[in-house]
Amino acid sequence: MLGSGLLQGLAVTAKNFVGSFHDPKRLTTVEYPEKRTVLPEAYRNFPFLVSEKAEDPMGTLRCVACQICEKECPPQCIYIEKSKDKKPDATGKMQIYPAVFLIDSSVCMNCQICVEVCPFDAIKMDQVFEIATQERFHALLLDREQLAKPNSYFHSIRPSEAAEVDGRLAAERKVAEEKAKAAALAKAAAQAKPVAPKTEPAPGAASPKPQNPA
Amino acid sequence: MMPSTPQDSLLERAPQLLRDLVTSHLPEPWRWFANSLIAMIVILAVFGLLFAALTLVERKVLGRVQNRPGPNRTGPFGLLQPIADGIKMLSKEDIVPRDADHILHFLAPVILLASTVMAFAVIPYGRHLVPVDLDAAVLYFFAVGATTELAVFMAGWSSHNKYSLLAAMRALAQLISYELPLLLSWVPVVMISGTLSTTGIVAAQSAWKWGWVPTWNVFTPWGFAGFAVFMVAALAESNRSPFDLPEAESELIAGHLTEYSGCKYVFFFMAEYFGMTALSGMAVTLFLGGWHAPLPSLEFIPSYAWFGAKLITLLVGFIWIRATFPRLRIDQLTRFAWKFLVPLALINLGTTAFWSLSFGWTGPLQLVRWAVAIVLVVVPFIVMGRRLSSGVAPRTYSYAT
Amino acid sequence: MSLTGDSPLFPSGGAHVRAVNDEFHGDLLEVSMGPHHPSTHGVFRMIVTLDGERIVKLKPVLGYLHRNHEKIGEGTSYLASMPYTDRLDYLNAMTNNWAYALSVERLGGLAVPERAEYLRIILAELSRLQNHVCLAGFLLQDTGASGTPLMYAFRERETILDLFESLSGSRMMCNYQRFGGCRVDASPEWLGQVSTLVDGFGAFLDEFEQLITGNEILMSRTQGIGVLKAADAVAAGITGPLLRAAGVGYDIRKVDGYGLYNRFNFRVPLGAHGDTYDRYMVRILEMRESITILQQALRDIPTGPIMDPKAKLRGFRPKPGESYGRIEGPKGEIGFYLISDGSANPYRYRVRPPSFVNLTVLEDLCLGHTIADSVVILGSIDIVLGEVDR
Repeated sequence: MLGSGLLQGLAVTAKNFVGSFHDPKRLTTVEYPEKRTVLPEAYRNFPFLVSEKAEDPMGTLRCVACQICEKECPPQCIYIEKSKDKKPDATGKMQIYPAVFLIDSSVCMNCQICVEVCPFDAIKMDQVFEIATQERFHALLLDREQLAKPNSYFHSIRPSEAAEVDGRLAAERKVAEEKAKAAALAKAAAQAKPVAPKTEPAPGAASPKPQNPA
Repeated sequence: MMPSTPQDSLLERAPQLLRDLVTSHLPEPWRWFANSLIAMIVILAVFGLLFAALTLVERKVLGRVQNRPGPNRTGPFGLLQPIADGIKMLSKEDIVPRDADHILHFLAPVILLASTVMAFAVIPYGRHLVPVDLDAAVLYFFAVGATTELAVFMAGWSSHNKYSLLAAMRALAQLISYELPLLLSWVPVVMISGTLSTTGIVAAQSAWKWGWVPTWNVFTPWGFAGFAVFMVAALAESNRSPFDLPEAESELIAGHLTEYSGCKYVFFFMAEYFGMTALSGMAVTLFLGGWHAPLPSLEFIPSYAWFGAKLITLLVGFIWIRATFPRLRIDQLTRFAWKFLVPLALINLGTTAFWSLSFGWTGPLQLVRWAVAIVLVVVPFIVMGRRLSSGVAPRTYSYAT
Repeated sequence: MSLTGDSPLFPSGGAHVRAVNDEFHGDLLEVSMGPHHPSTHGVFRMIVTLDGERIVKLKPVLGYLHRNHEKIGEGTSYLASMPYTDRLDYLNAMTNNWAYALSVERLGGLAVPERAEYLRIILAELSRLQNHVCLAGFLLQDTGASGTPLMYAFRERETILDLFESLSGSRMMCNYQRFGGCRVDASPEWLGQVSTLVDGFGAFLDEFEQLITGNEILMSRTQGIGVLKAADAVAAGITGPLLRAAGVGYDIRKVDGYGLYNRFNFRVPLGAHGDTYDRYMVRILEMRESITILQQALRDIPTGPIMDPKAKLRGFRPKPGESYGRIEGPKGEIGFYLISDGSANPYRYRVRPPSFVNLTVLEDLCLGHTIADSVVILGSIDIVLGEVDR
């Protein structure tokens, strides 16, 4: 019959109208800025540099200025200058650090490739999107001080990823420490050997044997 | 206006009492003048406020249908939105093209609005609330409504813009095509009621059959068909979706309103809503029993409240239809008018004539009367509907093997 | 009487009337629709010559969104081009990524583990769902339905985009596929959310169809409009739902069987008339088929690695050669043709955009119809300017 399709259309519209008063699926607006949607953990926006300690952001940057992210960035929005001196990093090893680290956030396309290729877990994706500025040229060029955020912040925005990174870094550090201890013991043994002939070494007691790394 | 009878309730007599409070001390010719002035001011105020409220209600209803809240920032629930819209529109610069015909360009929205407002004069809003009680009220109403079409063409012509002219001609074609079904649909009402006066037509629908079924025209077969044709034609006459081709955004030609801005644009907009309201008011009068209550026990609610309720129901129906349907192309629109609505309206005249002649049939013949009338309404609808939609049909689809 | 002439480099911004030699016909009106226009789906311009209301000539003007994608591809490494492919057909980043990854995998001889193939299929079908629902909404918006079907369509699309965001980090610019697999594994919670969406999508499609498909106004606006015959479609190189609506049963998922599509049981809907209504309905039916594919994939997805262990993230230098990787994207056949000269950047990087090829028949479809119809026909071809102009 002519008009039956039209009447069915009217029925659907009426159902949605009535439903918008009692069914949350039929009124899906989230009234920003009073209410906000909950962003998933994986949501990514612009990058930031991770510092181990919040009290000394510049001194405990994980970044060692290897410039891999600068090379791999597709729109080439990262600019890095290495430092001339070295500073101890979080594990105490002397590393170079970035003297200049600039990201042009008006060029960055949030592709996350810099995060994927960084071997040191030094750069991660942030989730802040309310970064509008009123000045066109310099305000969106972020430098080292603006980019550095502490590891605690990383935990707050991406808990499972931060936990995994911390666990992995801790395990690597433990392996490195074990190897360093073993190497130090081997070195001490190598140094101690020429002095040995004066005293009769008791079997298995005095001479330190190299421990197998557990 | 008719003098009130003592058994009317206080609410019913309230408008007249208020008016007499103001004008009763005046001498006679001045009193008539003051009464008319008050009537005009009240109509403009009420329907102006209704227009403002209607813009907001439309946006909220459209929003809720589309799963979103609609305007809710200006004032609680967006109630101040019409004021904000008004301020925005009135503060815009009034640009008139240099080569445009300035006098016609100025007069077009004025004539449009004036004739639309003039149509409000003959609608009975309540038992004692008809501004002008004419003997040929219905004729006057539609004559004034036809004047608006002239204003549309004036708008397109005076803009000195090829597109506006083309669009105005298309709009005019639509309006003229739908005048005929609009007029033919109320001729049966006049035939049965025996009068062209709106108060008389409302009085003819004042009884209740078997104590509880109202004798409104819409509850008869010919009345139902007439009401349906009237509403479709009213949609087209007020340029509402699905007949809003003259104002379509996704069309190339921006419409006959291209060269209008600011206050003049508001006038066009207002005229569209006033026209919608006036036609709905006339539909209530002709088919829905005017200001009568649906049940005798509900008569304590004042008549103007019933009129308002029915009017608002029809207006919400307009909005509901706008939310749902895509629009028709111009050739489909005119074909629908001439090849479907006009024949149906003419056949409806025949049905009404039969109904009128079989008035004296009683007993089982009443059932025959109803059966014949229903057949006379339904069968042409199905036959012509099939002919109209002969090229289009839902399809079944096959799959690749 | 032409005001500015008809130079192809600087066409007239407005309209002008040109007298035709034929005295009987009178003047033709040449009008420029676009690039700013509410209905042209992006910065796209049509120069339309009208005889009264009928279109007698239509010239599409492209290039307003040209961004040198292919030239940039020659200057960047293979990995760095992946985020740029997101921005080609910006609605379907997942399928663009897959086509590019397929081409590079063929070039570099990489194998993709099974779980990654299943994930790719799940994401491609989700992408197809959100693209077709987007198209249905826009098509109805163009016919004047004042936004209601569009809002319903986008309500469902939002749930799919939220799924993309929780997996890859971004709603549209996903950058998710890698050479040899996927970047991030999907958790069981995520797969559960996909399952919930898929189970509810059929009901949404039923409601949508009830609103629109039997609607007499829509049927009279779209049936018989823009008819494309099967022979013309094949001759013009049309692919995708446009081709299947014309009646040719060519679906690359069935023909090539790339990924693991050979294991899935699904049908390919065909249209009989090739008009706009068929194109719209074929897409609705394809959505239903995508739902069955998704249900099968969610049921059968194995556990395991998601990256080829031989694949290197950095310093990927495939041996010299060429490859063409194509998939059945939601808009048609999207393919990437790569020539490698052994270095880190491709020597030639060419995209076969389905929208661009499908757009070549626009004039033939629109001749004889009115302007209102041309807008609806353009909508039914389903173009995205990012892909047309690259």
